Formats: sequence, C-alpha cells, structure tokens
Amino acid sequence: MIRVVLPQHLRTLATVDREVRLEVRGVITIASILDAVESRYPMLRGTIRDHVTLRRRPLVRFFVCQEDWSNQPADTPLPDAVGQGTEPFFIIGAIAGG
Amino acid sequence: MSCVRVLVGTRKGAFILSSDGSRRKWEVSGPHFAGWEIFHMKGSAADPNRIYASQTSGWFGQIIQRSDDGGKTWHQPGTPAGQELKSPEGFPLGESNKFVYDTSDATGRPLTTHQWYDGTQHPWEFKRVWHLEPSLSDPQTVYAGVEDAAMFKTTDGGRTWNELAGLRQAHGDKWMPGAGGMGLHTILLDPTNPLRMYIAISAAGAFRTDDGGKSWKPINKGLKSNYIPNPEAEVGHCVHRIALHRDKPQVLYMQKHWDVMRSDNAGESWYEVSGNLPTDFGFPIDVHAHEPQTVYVVPIKSDSEHYPPEGKLRVYRSRTGGNEWEALTNGLPQKDCYVNILRDAMAVDSMDECGIYFGTTGGQVYASADSGDSWSAIVRDLPAVLSVEVQTLK
Repeated sequence: MIRVVLPQHLRTLATVDREVRLEVRGVITIASILDAVESRYPMLRGTIRDHVTLRRRPLVRFFVCQEDWSNQPADTPLPDAVGQGTEPFFIIGAIAGG
Repeated sequence: MSCVRVLVGTRKGAFILSSDGSRRKWEVSGPHFAGWEIFHMKGSAADPNRIYASQTSGWFGQIIQRSDDGGKTWHQPGTPAGQELKSPEGFPLGESNKFVYDTSDATGRPLTTHQWYDGTQHPWEFKRVWHLEPSLSDPQTVYAGVEDAAMFKTTDGGRTWNELAGLRQAHGDKWMPGAGGMGLHTILLDPTNPLRMYIAISAAGAFRTDDGGKSWKPINKGLKSNYIPNPEAEVGHCVHRIALHRDKPQVLYMQKHWDVMRSDNAGESWYEVSGNLPTDFGFPIDVHAHEPQTVYVVPIKSDSEHYPPEGKLRVYRSRTGGNEWEALTNGLPQKDCYVNILRDAMAVDSMDECGIYFGTTGGQVYASADSGDSWSAIVRDLPAVLSVEVQTLK
C-alpha cells in the first residue's frame, strides 16, 4: 500500500486522517499516486493539480524521502521505498503567512 | 413566526447567524470550512434550505459546497456521502469544482485574451468564484461570477458548470483587472423578466443580457472614470456594485470606484447621484426591501485609504433615490474606526420593518432592524468579512 500524507485543508475536505493508504498499480509515479488519490477522494480533484492540464497547483509541493520532487516530471518512477510503503508521499501546501 | 438567517463568508470560514423576527438575540454557527476563504454564500429563493457556498484557497483552488438543510450539513454537489464515486465509464466524479472556459466549436469562438495591467494581452486564467446567484425559481440553477471575469451556470445543483461564453465577446479583449483582480462580482436577476440579467466586472464595467445570457452588451454610458485613458470609454470602468429593487428592476443603483450612479432605463444611461455624500468612493450599495427609492451606501475615504472618513463608521441612506443622503450613526463606532466594508458584504432582509446588515474587514457584522435608524453588532470578532447575505424565512 502507498502511504500519502495530505495537508490539513485537504484532510478536512476529504474527511480523512493525516495519512491515507492507497492501492496503486503499475509503476509508482507522482501521476499514478495522484490518479489514485483523486479516484478514491474525488472531492480533491482540482485541489492538488489542475482539472484539465493536470499541472501541479503553484503553491502545492511534493516531497519524497526528504527530497523535493515538485518539479520532477510526473511520470518519473519514485524511489522503491514509496512503493514498499516504508516512506510516505508528502503533499504539502507551501508555507506562507496568513 | 418569521426568522432571519444571515450567511457570512470570511477569510477563514463561514458563519451562519440566526434570529427570530425580533432580531435581538442571535445564535452563531461556525466556523464552517474552517481555515478556507468563503468568498460568498447565498440561499435559493425557491428553496431556502438550499444554500450554495464558494470555498476558495490560494493553495488548493476552488470548491463549491452545497447545503440542502439550511446550513446544518454540507457536501460538494458532485460527491454526496454514500454516492458511487465513479461514473459508469469509470471516471471519478467530483466535477463540481471544475470551471473550464468554453472553447468549444458549438459556441463558435476561441478563448480570447484580455488586457493585463500593463496594457499587454493576457490569457484568461480561472482563479475563484466571487459570487453565486441562485435562480429565482429553480434551486438547481445557479449563476457563478468568477475571476478571471466570466459567468458560469449550473442547472444540476452545482454538479457541473458551463460558461456563458457570449459575455467575453462584449469587448473582453479590452477588459483589465482592477487591483483586486478581474472578478465578476455582481449578478442581478430581473424578477419580471427571466431572460434579463445584469452583471458587473472589476475593472470592465456593467453588462446586460436580454436573452438569458447568450449575448451581452456593455451598459456604461454616462459613467466617467478619470483614471482610465478615455474617461467615457464603452468598457473599462471600475464598477464596485450594482443593486436594484424587485418592484422597479429597470432602476439600477451603482457604487463605482468613485461616484454613486443611477440608471432609470435598465442601464442604457447613467447619471450621478452622489449628492452630499462626504466621499463618493465605496464598495457596497443596496436598496431597502420595501422602498424602491431608499438606498444605502458606506462611504470610504479614498481609493488608497480604504476606511471610513474621520474614523467614523457611517452608513448613508437616501430616501429619494440618491442625491440627498443622511448619515446613520446610532450604534456604529464614531471614532478610531478604520475598517472597510467589501462590495458583497451588505444585504437587506424582507421583514415588515426592513433589516440592514453589513460586515467589516475587522470582523464585525452590524445589523439594523429599523431600516438603518439604529445598529448593533451581532458579532464583533470574526475573521475579515468578505460577504453577507440574508434569508428571510417564513
């Protein structure tokens, strides 16, 4: 199972805890994880990436194994630790005041 | 007995304020959608338990929320609890947040560009829903005014939204955002003619349709804006708000960036009615529920100083359709007050003695149960208030 950590606002929107666990088939990439997240929690469509272009929203970041993957191509395979469930895939709202 | 429900959108959530017809004691519910900006909430006139809310975030985008029980519970219209989460084709639902500009062949026109602040052309980019206006007769039908300026419509209770693309053909290439963005913030439905609607955009001006939204025309003749290259241009005026009374829907009142204006012919032409106001800059404008000639504004010092003149919070009322204004101060702070009142943050109820409500950027929601003669704060310490709407419940 893939572990995905959601930011606070998206947890309340999807009424889930901090971390969700999802089945992802095939190669584990940012795109395949987001497909699984949006399929399981359709209320999150459009909140992480654009509905149409599927581009990451500007103030959303992706972290894996303590590294910033935000600007990596969405179809790049993620480290094995994500697929094995030993490391979560972090979706983070960029830090800003207010 | 009648009662009143005040729907308050703030920078950090939604609040619902409820009272019986006396409007003396209030119950406060909220925050709903805590931490999110609630740009606007509005109930359906056809089904008061149906309320729509625009929930937005600079991080996570646009969410549409709907309540079918008067604000007790909410859901995104595409994803009610217990419903199958995928379409028959296997695609996930959750389309209710999807606002995509129309580029279809059916409407025959490609997506154009609008002017950017520096005069160059800039593509349309959806940012948020500023205003939701439910149909007067069908709770499933709602119009949404969005930034970048466009109008969307749902006929399935908010599950899916489609643009009324004809609006952008009304010289959209000449529209330019105001400092707060290029938002379509005002939608007025003519209660006597379902095909007629008025909208206003910052900083493009006012527009009218007479065919249900297929085609639109600018209605800005008579407006004069000295801060744009051609002060009497057909489009480009920074209209802050328009209001009408249901008994005389051809009479429109406008609070412009500067100037309070009036039209007696459905916007074909405008004339100034600022009269003796201490300043004619401001954001909201509204009309008494039972007196079509009684109008309310809240003067703000200037376009750079967004607070009341002299630190005195004063609502101004005209009982003559403009020009002659009286200050309403009883119960409002008359010193050291430097809040602003945003364009969608004033509303009236339709009780026998008309109630007036407005919210401030300081988090107060003031109410008057006597047409503005006296005021008291329902709440004082909410997050900055973005919008106020009122439902009068029989």
